[in-house]
Amino acid sequence: MHKLLTDSPGKEMLLLGNEAIARGALEAGVAFATCYPGTPSSEIPEQFFRISQETDLYFEYSTNEKVALEVAAGAAVSGLRTIVTMKHVGLNVAADPLMTLAYTGVKGGLVIINADDPSLFSSQNEQDNRYYARLSGLPMLEPTNTQEMKDMTARAFVLSESLELPVIIRTTTRLAHIRGAVTLGDLAPRKTRTHFQKNPFHFVCVPAVSRNLHKVLLERGAKAAKASEDSDYNRVEGEGPWGIVANGVSYDYVKDAVADLGLSDRVRILKLGFSHPLPRELCLGFLKEVEKVLVVEELEPVNETELRAMAQEARIDVPIQGKGVAGLSRLYEYDPALVRKAISSYFDVPYQGPEPVDTSHVPELPGRPPNLCAGCPHRATYYAVKEVYGQETIYPTDIGCYTLGLLPPISMADFVICMGSSVSSGCGFSRATDQKVVSFIGDSTFFHSGITGLVNAVHNNHKFTLVILDNGTTAMTGHQPHPGVDTAPMGVDRTRISLENLVRGLGVKDVHVVKPFKLKKTIEAVRATQEYDGISVIISQEFCPLFAKATGQARKTKPFRINEAKCKDHRVCIQKLACPAMFVEGERVKIDRNLCIGCSVCAQICPENAIVPVKD
Amino acid sequence: METKRLVFIGVGGQGNLLASRLLGEAALSMGIHTVVSEIHGMAQRGGIVESAVLLGDVSSPIVSGGEADVLVGFEPVETMRALGKCNKDTLVITNTHPLPPFTVAIGQGDYPTVEESLEAISSRVGRLIALDGNRIAREVGNPLALNMVMLGALLGSGAVPVEPDAMKKVISSSTKKAFLESNLKAFDRGMEEATGTRAAG
Repeated sequence: MHKLLTDSPGKEMLLLGNEAIARGALEAGVAFATCYPGTPSSEIPEQFFRISQETDLYFEYSTNEKVALEVAAGAAVSGLRTIVTMKHVGLNVAADPLMTLAYTGVKGGLVIINADDPSLFSSQNEQDNRYYARLSGLPMLEPTNTQEMKDMTARAFVLSESLELPVIIRTTTRLAHIRGAVTLGDLAPRKTRTHFQKNPFHFVCVPAVSRNLHKVLLERGAKAAKASEDSDYNRVEGEGPWGIVANGVSYDYVKDAVADLGLSDRVRILKLGFSHPLPRELCLGFLKEVEKVLVVEELEPVNETELRAMAQEARIDVPIQGKGVAGLSRLYEYDPALVRKAISSYFDVPYQGPEPVDTSHVPELPGRPPNLCAGCPHRATYYAVKEVYGQETIYPTDIGCYTLGLLPPISMADFVICMGSSVSSGCGFSRATDQKVVSFIGDSTFFHSGITGLVNAVHNNHKFTLVILDNGTTAMTGHQPHPGVDTAPMGVDRTRISLENLVRGLGVKDVHVVKPFKLKKTIEAVRATQEYDGISVIISQEFCPLFAKATGQARKTKPFRINEAKCKDHRVCIQKLACPAMFVEGERVKIDRNLCIGCSVCAQICPENAIVPVKD
Repeated sequence: METKRLVFIGVGGQGNLLASRLLGEAALSMGIHTVVSEIHGMAQRGGIVESAVLLGDVSSPIVSGGEADVLVGFEPVETMRALGKCNKDTLVITNTHPLPPFTVAIGQGDYPTVEESLEAISSRVGRLIALDGNRIAREVGNPLALNMVMLGALLGSGAVPVEPDAMKKVISSSTKKAFLESNLKAFDRGMEEATGTRAAG
């Protein structure tokens, strides 16, 4: 049985933040779950995926976040309790349905989990999605620890149903990936089938309907404001003349800092857990009671700006500051020392913490950037393309493991902004420049948002080559399936869509399906695209070795070794491939047989044929 | 109880995330307030993997520069790279087995000797326990048990209020049968190594 199905109310478990969210949904009787995976949200759907194999919970990995939210909308307006999870930039993709789903509202509770990524641990930007609550008019909750991640998720379903609005829960990387104690509650039964009640004047958003629905949204927003006012997720803690306002993980830093600085009798903390709409009366009461206010919030000054506006309106003359105070910046995530320093500086309280040791004597250390794994097929594809197209070609790339092609010695990534941009920006590059263009996109990313770009490329007669790196899984985020995957080895029954048929169906005439570990044939296919006057697509098919191993689909191969009698130490292998299974010892290249998976790519490029399979 | 802030640092595949999680589980089983934080994402791709374990009366899930009570490093150069987490009183426990990054192999940067790394660390912090965890893991017949050796050394150092029995219970309940004996052996060997250094430290 999945551990999150443990039916022992009161039991304490150490849960990952993302697991706590999944548990909260189960305690609310969630019946329907959708997502597109994305760090730092991916462990939530991972739980639902496994739980759906043991229970009648419906779960799907949807094609992208827009699709995930629309699928969820169908279930929620019909009356099922539904959850949809995504990373912050995923909500950009889902923003279109979000804005108008706010108009129709929902019948069954709909909870949207949005995971922001301050400090960009694994993202292309660090946008602050609290603005989406403001843009859409939807309520937003912000937990501060694992217990709240569970509790708030469960409560969000009830709130969503009482307001008839989707509720957004905003986490951050830090919260998603902490483990902390969670006291379990009761698991609720699931209602998994319902009957849709037609109501075109509420659900069909033509202008005449939406004019009215916008008014309905504002009325529901007013109800949400009342709920925020009454919520115990918003509260004032402590007594004292100084005020600190905090949300999310910043609240934890503030709480510790106040204790460390010995300020417990001088500071009151306004904790904002139901952070949109803000609890106006609570905030005003707080502002009236204190002499000065420090707002601690990562990224944008959202609470700071709204509190200032409230104070101005109510003519409360109290200094409110946040961004710009001793290191409180709009950039990156905060940490305990940074917040402690800001509080000590703003309220002029001396503090001497432990000093970091002087590290000036540490020599310059070699970098350890992440690297494509040993036996990663992307390395072989990159090698083949570079052999033909060289360094001058423009290489738009996309979002996935293969973005690591940015790093030397591959150095084949010239532009990436978002999922799918490799294809469409390739259209632009090829028209605007006199350079050749080869775009790279992964299989999951192609299904997510590369298809429309390719339709555009065919229709508008663009001329470039698109390489679809088809490793049979969504590797970067933890091997989730996608529409092109044979899901049987993962224990689920889904229809597989052939990438080749899809690409041909979109009107691409020059299609090459290659096996990248067969370097010679792959290079020939790449060369053919160079001569083609139009849009070419190369589908480079080889399993992600980690996925193949995990699902029992790995081929039995022998690792390789260097025949030192033949090796002339040209180092072409290590210089061009930088495979992590290779290393230099005693000035000679060696292969770590425990890491080598036997892809044989290095053996194919060795000028001496000095790389051979291990015997035994 | 007194707050303990620990940082675990290693390279993808060395198992330091599992070590920090198991420590958190063991602490929780003893009723100690625990927060563990992890950086996921690139762990499988050979990058640096960091986690933190905070025990006691503390809410923050991470450890700022200079604020680690204990730094557990699974690779000597990575331990040195994380030195900024330490202060003059910090206990550092490090594996001495080097794992040079591929950047060295392609001529981008030099990998310092293990002696240089250990000297650079021990000259600045309160106490250093250095052990060849990979060798011990191999000796107990389970090369993947480095994280168990390091956990053993941590508990052997006496720096955390977690009982070895509680730790072993957690290890037992989360290890596959085939690896259980060697994991526990690795843990014990790590403990012995560190206990031996206690008087000297």
